[in-house]
Amino acid sequence: MTATQPTTGPGTETADQAAVAAAPSGARAGGDLRETLYFALRNPKVLVGGVVVLGFLVLGLVGPSFLRYAPMDYAGPPMAPPSADFPLGTTTFGQDVFAQFVAGLRSTFLVGVLGGAVAAVIGMTIGFVAGYRGGLIDELLNMLTNVVLVIPGFVVLVILNAYLGVRSVPMQALYIGVFSWPWVARAVRSQTLSLRSRDFIDLARLSGVGVGTILRREVAPNMYSYLFMTFVLLFGGSILTAASLDFIGLGPTNAMSLGLMMNQAVQWSALHLGLWWWFVPPGLGITLIVGSLYIMNVGLDEVFNPKLRET
Amino acid sequence: MALSVTDLRVWYRTLKGDVKALDGVTFDVADGEIMGIAGESGCGKTTLGKALIRLDTRMRHEGGTVALDGEKLPIADDAAMRRYRYREVSLIPQYAMSAMNPTRKIGKMIRDLLAAHGVRYAEVLPELERRLGLVGLDAEVLKRYPIELSGGMKQRVVLVLSTLLNPSLLIGDEVTSALDVSSQKAVARALVEFRDHGFVRSMIVITHDISVLFQVADTILVMYAGHLAEKAPARTIIDAPLHPYTKMLIGALPQVGDRYDEQRLSGIEGRPPSLLDPPTGCRFRDRCPLAHDRCAEAPPFREVAEGHQVACWAVS
Amino acid sequence: MRGYLARKTLVYGLTFVVAVTLNWLIPRLMPGDPVQRMVARAAVQHPETIASMAAYYERTFGLDLPIWQQYLNYWAALFRGDLGTSVWLFPTPVSQVVLEAVPYTLGIMIPAIVLSFVVGNTVGAMAARSRWLDNVALPVGYLVTAMPYMWLAILLAWGLGVALGWFPVAGGYDFGLVPQWSWTFVADLLHHWVLPFLSLFLVSLGGWAIGMRNLIIYELESDYSNYLSALGAPRRLVRRYAFRNAMLPQITGLALQLGTVLGGALVTEIVFGYPGLGKLVLSAIQNQDFFLLQGTLLFVVIGVLVANFVIDIVYVLVDPRTRTGLTGATA
Repeated sequence: MTATQPTTGPGTETADQAAVAAAPSGARAGGDLRETLYFALRNPKVLVGGVVVLGFLVLGLVGPSFLRYAPMDYAGPPMAPPSADFPLGTTTFGQDVFAQFVAGLRSTFLVGVLGGAVAAVIGMTIGFVAGYRGGLIDELLNMLTNVVLVIPGFVVLVILNAYLGVRSVPMQALYIGVFSWPWVARAVRSQTLSLRSRDFIDLARLSGVGVGTILRREVAPNMYSYLFMTFVLLFGGSILTAASLDFIGLGPTNAMSLGLMMNQAVQWSALHLGLWWWFVPPGLGITLIVGSLYIMNVGLDEVFNPKLRET
Repeated sequence: MALSVTDLRVWYRTLKGDVKALDGVTFDVADGEIMGIAGESGCGKTTLGKALIRLDTRMRHEGGTVALDGEKLPIADDAAMRRYRYREVSLIPQYAMSAMNPTRKIGKMIRDLLAAHGVRYAEVLPELERRLGLVGLDAEVLKRYPIELSGGMKQRVVLVLSTLLNPSLLIGDEVTSALDVSSQKAVARALVEFRDHGFVRSMIVITHDISVLFQVADTILVMYAGHLAEKAPARTIIDAPLHPYTKMLIGALPQVGDRYDEQRLSGIEGRPPSLLDPPTGCRFRDRCPLAHDRCAEAPPFREVAEGHQVACWAVS
Repeated sequence: MRGYLARKTLVYGLTFVVAVTLNWLIPRLMPGDPVQRMVARAAVQHPETIASMAAYYERTFGLDLPIWQQYLNYWAALFRGDLGTSVWLFPTPVSQVVLEAVPYTLGIMIPAIVLSFVVGNTVGAMAARSRWLDNVALPVGYLVTAMPYMWLAILLAWGLGVALGWFPVAGGYDFGLVPQWSWTFVADLLHHWVLPFLSLFLVSLGGWAIGMRNLIIYELESDYSNYLSALGAPRRLVRRYAFRNAMLPQITGLALQLGTVLGGALVTEIVFGYPGLGKLVLSAIQNQDFFLLQGTLLFVVIGVLVANFVIDIVYVLVDPRTRTGLTGATA
C-alpha cells in the first residue's frame, strides 16, 4: 500500500511534470547547501514535521533501555488502563503496551529506511540509466517499469510472504522496496532527460569522461533535492505497506511492530473489550510519523523550489 | 500619444529584498509607432512588458503612471485592469509555443475567450478567418489542437488571436526567438502588416534578436539595469547612436541575426550592477569608458534632437 | 491513437504474463519438497482430505514433468478457469469460493473509489488558492493519507460500532438472516456495508484532494493560464481550463491507485470480518490454504489489470493528445 502516489500528485504524470518544473531550481539547490539549510530551518512545515519524526525516532532508539519489561513479558495485570506503572496500559495478557509500542517504533523506522532505500536505489538507477542511455535500453527499462507499476505490489507481497515466510524486518523491507520503485524510476527518467539536453553534459561528454562519472558528478548533484524528497515519500510508503502486511499476519515473527500490535489487538477482541489504549497508539504513531513526513515534504518543496517559497 | 509612461517603477519582491527591475522609466509611444526595446537579460525590458498588461504575483507597482489614449491604466489593480486587457492592451507572449490550452481545440478556446469579453464568436468568425488567411493559415486550424500545429503556425495563430479585437497597444515579447529564420521573417512581416492594416494601433516589440528590431521597429528604446539609456528612430540607433552603452551594444553585433545575450559583449567589460541595491547615479558608469565624476549623479533622459533621447552626461 | 492502444495492450499483456508466471514460480521457490511441506503445514486432520490433497498437489505441480510442461499446464488450467480446490472449504473449487466473495469487495471498493475521486477532486480544486481552506484541508488531507487503512477501520468500528452501537462491526449481514432479496435482508446488508465503505472512502479522500490541489496550482501557473489571464479572461474560465487539464493526470492516477486501494479494501474487510476477498486471504493464510490464497490473488491481479485497461481507454477518450498520435501521456 504505497500511499505515496497521491501526495506527489497521484499519477506519475504529475511526478514527471513536477520533476520537470523543479529542475531549474534543483540545479541551484545542489551548490548552496547553507542557504538551503537556512531556509529549511525557518520553514514551519519542515520544523514541525522534523521534530515529530525525530521525537519518535529518539523514543524508539533509547526508549527500550529505560523500560522494565520486554514487549512480550507478562508484566502486569491484564487489561489495565494507562497508569503510572504502565503508561499505555496492558493487553489482555498483561503485556506492557508501551514497551510494545517502543519496540514497534524501531521496526517501523527500520522498515521505512531500508524499504525506502532499496526502492530509491532501484528506481534511481533504472531511471538514470533509461533517461541517460535512451534508445533500446530506455525502451526495455520503460517496459519493465510499466509492468511493475501496474502489478498490484501488495498482492505479490502477500503471496511472497505467505510462501517464503518473512522472518525478519530487513527481509520484509527488501521485498517492499523491490515493488515500490516504478514511479521513482519514471520521475527520475524524465528529470534525467531534461538535464541531459543541457550544455554541461555535452561538455563533459566531449571531454571524454565516462558515463558513470557524468551521471555521478553532473546529473546527480542537480537532482539531490528531488531525490531527497522522493526518499521521504518512499520511507512513508514502506511503513504503511509493512503495517498492512503485519496486520494480515504476514509480518516478521521475531520482532514487535506497530502493525502486529493492531493485528493482536483485533484478534484478541480489544475493540469489544474497549481496550482503546492497545489499538490507538500504534495507528496514531504510524499516522503521525508518515503524516509528518508528508508535511515535511511539502515544506522541503518550498525550500528547494524558491518559486513556491515566495507565493 | 497612444501610450504615455511616466516615472514607472516596478519592483520584484524576493527574500533578499526588492529587486528594482524598473526604476523610474519615462517614455511615449506614438499612434502607429512600433517601438522596439533592446538590452541585455535582466535590464528590465520583460518587466516593462508585463507591467503594461499584467503584473505577475511577485511584482509590485512602486510608483509612476501609465496612460493609454489619455486614460490612466490601473496597472496595480488586477481586477480593474481586466477591462483594458485584450480590447485595449494585448500581448503576444514569450511562450507562444505553449500559450494555448493543449486540450482544447483552438476555435473552441477562442470562442470561450470571446464569450468572456461579451463578443459573439459567430460574428467575429469571418474576420478571424480573413486574418488567418493574411498570415497564410487555413481556417481549418480552428478545428485543430495546438499540438497539431508547427511552431511557426502556433506563433501566427497567437498573433491573430491577440489582435482580434483591434487593441490600441500590442506587446510582443520575444515574438520570434523560438522560430527558425524563415518563420521569423514571416512573423516579423506580419507584425508590420497588422499595424498597416490598423488591426493594432501601436506596438512594443521586446526581443533578444536585434535583427528583428531592424526589420520591424520604427524606433528603438535601449534599456540598461532598470533605467532607460537611449531612444531614437531605428536608423539613428544603428547609424548614429549616442549613448556609450548603445554604441557597444550595436558594435558588439558582428552579424545581423546574432544574439547579443548569448555571447559576451566584446567591448563591454564587467556585468550590470545588482538591482537589489543599485548604485546611485548612472548605472552604466562602472563599465563605461567615458565615466567621470559627474556620473555619480543620475543623468536625465533628455531630448538631444527631434525624437532622440539620451541619458548620458557625456552627450551634450 | 492506435499506436497508444497497441502500446498499452502490449504492456498489459506482458504484465499479465509476468503476474501469472510469478504466481506459478513463487510456490516452487519454497525450500524443500513443496508438496510435503504444504500437506504438513495444512491444518487438516481428515485422512481422506490429506490423501486427495497430496494427490492434487502432485498432479497440479506435476513435479515429475519437465519444467516447461508444468508451466504450460498451469496456463491451460488457468484458461479453463480452474484455480484448484480449496483445502479449507474442501472440496469447493477455489473459483467458486472467490466468485462468492467478489461482490462484497466490489461493493465497498467501487463506491469508495468513485465517491472519493469525485469528492476529493472537488475539495482539492476548491482548496487550491483559497487560503483558509488550504490551511485546513491540506494538513488534514496529509494526515488522513498517512493513516493505515486498518487503523481508521479499527477506530470507526470501535467508535461508531462498539461504543455508540450505530452500526454492526462484524460480518456482511446478520448471522441470523438467510441471504435473500427481502427488504429486511437488503437493509441489514446496507447496515453492515456502511462502516467498511466509510473507512475506505475516508482514507482515499485525502490523496485525491491533495493531488488535485497541487495539480491545479501547477496548471494555474502554466503558460496557457497566464496567456488567458493576460487577455483578460475571467478567473472562472482560467480555473475551468485548469481543472479540466488537472483531471487528466488524476485519471492516470486512478489507475495506478487501484492496487493500493485494493490492499486497503483487503485489510479493511479483515477488521470488519466482511465476507469479501480480504477475509478470504486471511482465512487462506490462517488455514495454510495455498490454492485459495493464490487463486484469490490471481483473480485480484487480473481485476486490477482489466480495470487499468478500461481507465486507459477512458483516458484516450478524454485527452486529445493521445488521439492525435502525438505523445501526450506515456503511461
